[in-house]
Amino acid sequence: MKYVNEFRNGDIAAKLAGVIASEVESGRDYRLMEFCGGHTHAIFRFGIQDLMPENVNFVHGPGCPVCVLPKGRIDNAIQLVQEHDVILCTYADLVRVPASKKKSLLKAKADGGDIRMVYSTSDALQIARQNPDRQVVFFAIGFETTTPPTAVAIQQAQQEGLTNFSVFCNHVLTPPAMRHILQQDGDQSANIDGILGPSHVSTIIGSQAYAFCATEFHTPIVIAGFEPLDVMQSTLMLIRQLNSGRVTVENEYTRVVTDDGNRKAQTLMDKIFELRPSFEWRGLGLMKNSALKIRDSYTDWDAEQRFDIEHITSSDVKRCLCPAILRGLNKPTDCTLFGTVCRPENPMGACMVSSEGSCAAYWSYGRFRQAGTTAIQQERST
Amino acid sequence: MRPYSGKLDIKHGLVNMSHGSGGRAMAQLIDQIFMFHFDNELLRQQNDQAAFNVSAGRMVISTDAHVISPLFFPGGDIGSLSVHGTINDVCMAGAKPLYLSAAFILEEGFPLSDLEQIVSSMARASREAGVPVVTGDTKVVEKGHGDGVFITTTGVGVVADDINISGDRACPGDVIILSGSIGDHGMAVLSSRENLAFETTLLSDSAALHGLVKRMVDIVPDIHCLRDPTRGGLATTLNEIALQSSVGMVIHEQAIPIKPAVIGACELLGLDPLYVANEGKLICICDAADADALLAAMQANPHGKDAAIIGRVIADEHHMVQMHTSFGGSRVVDWLAGEQLPRIC
Repeated sequence: MKYVNEFRNGDIAAKLAGVIASEVESGRDYRLMEFCGGHTHAIFRFGIQDLMPENVNFVHGPGCPVCVLPKGRIDNAIQLVQEHDVILCTYADLVRVPASKKKSLLKAKADGGDIRMVYSTSDALQIARQNPDRQVVFFAIGFETTTPPTAVAIQQAQQEGLTNFSVFCNHVLTPPAMRHILQQDGDQSANIDGILGPSHVSTIIGSQAYAFCATEFHTPIVIAGFEPLDVMQSTLMLIRQLNSGRVTVENEYTRVVTDDGNRKAQTLMDKIFELRPSFEWRGLGLMKNSALKIRDSYTDWDAEQRFDIEHITSSDVKRCLCPAILRGLNKPTDCTLFGTVCRPENPMGACMVSSEGSCAAYWSYGRFRQAGTTAIQQERST
Repeated sequence: MRPYSGKLDIKHGLVNMSHGSGGRAMAQLIDQIFMFHFDNELLRQQNDQAAFNVSAGRMVISTDAHVISPLFFPGGDIGSLSVHGTINDVCMAGAKPLYLSAAFILEEGFPLSDLEQIVSSMARASREAGVPVVTGDTKVVEKGHGDGVFITTTGVGVVADDINISGDRACPGDVIILSGSIGDHGMAVLSSRENLAFETTLLSDSAALHGLVKRMVDIVPDIHCLRDPTRGGLATTLNEIALQSSVGMVIHEQAIPIKPAVIGACELLGLDPLYVANEGKLICICDAADADALLAAMQANPHGKDAAIIGRVIADEHHMVQMHTSFGGSRVVDWLAGEQLPRIC
């Protein structure tokens, strides 16, 4: 666990918490959006909010690829299994996500569908090699972090002449989502003072991919690692920018992220994928140029072409406040569905789907904390 | 006179439908694999049931179905697990486990050599624990209708009248003791799954805990709760008890023993060790005044040598389990929604 424990040191955390407490200005709020689900996970798992002054609050962003995948795409995947009898390979955290009509991949599997949970694209390729008489489809999801491995798999399938393998591509891009959140105006304009920027995504696309946050939207952003000390240090860096009036892109995660990112991975992604004119995000709606599709030159490995997958429009549940929650305009508890019909075991909107979604996290960890009624809080106040 | 002739070809043979049909082939399988390994006086009577006397006290019964994949894993197999699991369920009442029954569901085509290895391991575990398998049943299902072998074991035991250990007895102020490191079993099994194989020195902690429990009950008869944190891990078991007893709990992450190899593997796979299965650990909840004596008794037993006090029971109308993190914050250790699944980001 070397190179991990160093970034989880409680003594350093306490010191950093002291510095943050001494530097925040009373009389103002710091509303900081952590973009990625990985950040949200760290904040809750390590209890980082407890170490923050009361006027520093985290707004949980849309950076959980499982959460933002629209229902229609899961409906498509279920169709592939049930109508085309393919072996569907998927990352495990997708299997429980609800599709239309109360279906899910987990239920489709119980219904006899051949759905395999894999840890990597190479597992999916291996399944294709072992089952030459079956069509094997890899359900590709994720941001720029998981895109290069999908590109490698397609390239490898081409090199091996693996004709029974294809990819159902659902890769999405982070900068357009961030732009979408920041560019709303009027009563939909985001209520966010600064952003903890993507960590692993930035290893691929580089920190300068987010320059527009500062230049166009005057919102400071700090690229932050996923370890808890990374999150705290990045929070301090954001607070310092906000206090001094500076607005720029800073990089806390320098041990991995560079300004320009991984050029080799970018070239490979560009070779295999191109921009989709538009793609739907659960909770955020249609966004231009926000997702990738497989280029025509690799169409033989594109499941959408091979199986003639049709677009299914998936309307989000009315009354669901996810769009506003994702912009920091509402809290989960403002939503009439929250905790009534929408719960982790029966999610209605994007924010409840994965444990990293803001509503799910709030349901599991935050609802009692907010009321100040947890035993640990009472213990601390006495 | 036996109804069959010759020896089973255990080395090359496969289970077929006739092994479950009640005829000669079944008699041969029972004699040469099950009777041979489990051999004991009650089994030798060859009745459809076993009759035995019991001492004074209350009887305890528990049953457990075992469907693990893979069947063989570092530190154990489905056979030893099916013995340990049921003995542990019986002894968590503070009871002395006496006898086991075992039902086997075999899939057509399953290698007899694997079956023998499993039964022999089961017999060894039962002999070491001093809890014999005294009755059983075998069925064969068609190929594709099972997963090699499923084993259901039932255990009976006796508990003294003055012992009343139950999941609804945790009271505010009580102390929570954990008998050793968590997550070993779950991560050892995961490491040997075909699609996930990663190299680790981890072994399953699968073990019968009735010796440890006896020692604990001898020292402190008024233990409030005992439970083995199997499926769902420590987090789930604490939540179950909190709900059953209508209390809350506060635990300290720093106090929970976890092996570095478990932490590393969980980190790699995106799992939380608090929710990973154990098969040789127990959680004990007792009056604070009894905690030190119990802890010392546990630490003196090989199955409790790493025992530690990990937290305490509090009054909490929400029945939540909360944890002080090593990092300095706090979090709720909630019930899982569904199965614990690896995260992709």
